[in-house]
Amino acid sequence: MKSLAELQAIKERMKNKVILREGSGEVRVVVGMATCGIAAGARPVLNAFVEAVNNSDLAGKVTVSQTGCIGICQFEPVVEIYEAGKEKTTYVKMTAEKAQEIVEKHLKGGKPVSEYTIGSNS
Amino acid sequence: MKELSLNILDIAENSAKARASLIEITIKEAANLLTLIIKDDGTGMSEKTLCSVIDPFYTTRTTRKVGLGIPLLKMACEMTGGKLEIKSREDDGSGAPHGTTVVATFYTDHLDFTPLGDVISTVITLIQGHPDIDFAYKHSLKGGEVTLDTRELRAVLEDIPLDTYDVILWIKENLADQYEAINK
Ligand SMILES: Nc1ncnc2c1ncn2[C@@H]1O[C@H](COP(=O)(O)OP(=O)(O)OP(=O)(O)O)[C@@H](O)[C@H]1O
Ligand SMILES: [Mg+2]
Repeated sequence: MKSLAELQAIKERMKNKVILREGSGEVRVVVGMATCGIAAGARPVLNAFVEAVNNSDLAGKVTVSQTGCIGICQFEPVVEIYEAGKEKTTYVKMTAEKAQEIVEKHLKGGKPVSEYTIGSNS
Repeated sequence: MKELSLNILDIAENSAKARASLIEITIKEAANLLTLIIKDDGTGMSEKTLCSVIDPFYTTRTTRKVGLGIPLLKMACEMTGGKLEIKSREDDGSGAPHGTTVVATFYTDHLDFTPLGDVISTVITLIQGHPDIDFAYKHSLKGGEVTLDTRELRAVLEDIPLDTYDVILWIKENLADQYEAINK
C-alpha cells in the first residue's frame, strides 16, 4: 500500500527541486474539459499529455492545464498549445495516441502535426 | 457519457467553477442501489437558477447557450429508475454556509445502468486540474471503503502542490491499492 511515509519522501525530494520549477510555463498545453469535451474523451487525452510530458525532459518547460468550453463542441476533444512568440496551435478530435504523437513531434521536435490541427479538419 | 465516472468529473467541474474550496464525492453501493453525492461549498444557486438547471436550455454560460452536464446526469440515473436531487444555498454574503449538493441514485441491475468506469482517473484529473481545491473522496462498496482526503495529503506535503506529478502518481497508486485490497 502506498503510504503517507512515501508521500513524505516525495515532499523531501521536491523541496530541493522547487527552484527548478521556476521559469516553467514557456509552453502551455490547454485541454478543454467542459461537458462536451469530457463526453468526447478529453479525460484520457489530458492524462496522456500529463504522463508524456512528465516522463520526458519537457517537464520543466511545458505545463499542462485544463479549461472550460473552448466553443467548438463539434471538434472536441480540443487541445490548444501556446508557445511564447508563436501563434497558438489548435488540435481537434484528439485521442490519447494523438497526444503522444504531438508530444514527440511538436513539443520535442518543434513541428506541429498539421493533420490534427483545426485548419485541416474544418 | 460512456462511464458514470465521466459524469462525476463533469459535475465536480461545476463545483470548481462555483469556486468551491472543498468538494466531497461520495459513492455508496448497497445491493442494487448506487448513490452518488457531490457536495460543494461554492457560491450555490438561486432558487430561479436551481429550478431551471434541469432544463437543458438553461445555462449561465455565455459561449454556448445549452448547459448539458446536469441534464445528462439526470438522464443517466432516471434511465435506471433512479432520480436526481439538487439542493443549493446561494452565498448571500452574510458568511452563512452556502453550496450545492447533488444526489443521484441508480439501480445497478437495470439494463441501462452505465458502469462507474475509471473513477481513479476522474479523481486524479480533478486534483491535477484544481490543485488548490480540497477533495474528499469516499467510495463504500461491498467489501469495504476506499477513501482519499487531500486535506490529509496537504498536511504532509506542506507547500508542495498537489499537482506535482509524483504526488499525482502516488494518489493514483494509493487508490488502486485500496481497490485491490477490497477486491481480494
Ligand atoms: N455546483 C454548482 N454550484 C453553483 N452553480 C451550479 C452548480 N452546478 C450547476 N450550477 C449552475 O447550473 C448551470 C447548469 O449546469 P450544467 O452542468 O448543466 O451546464 P454548464 O456547466 O453551464 O455547461 P456544460 O454543458 O459545460 O456542463 C451552470 O451554468 C451553473 O449556473
Ligand atoms: Mg457543467
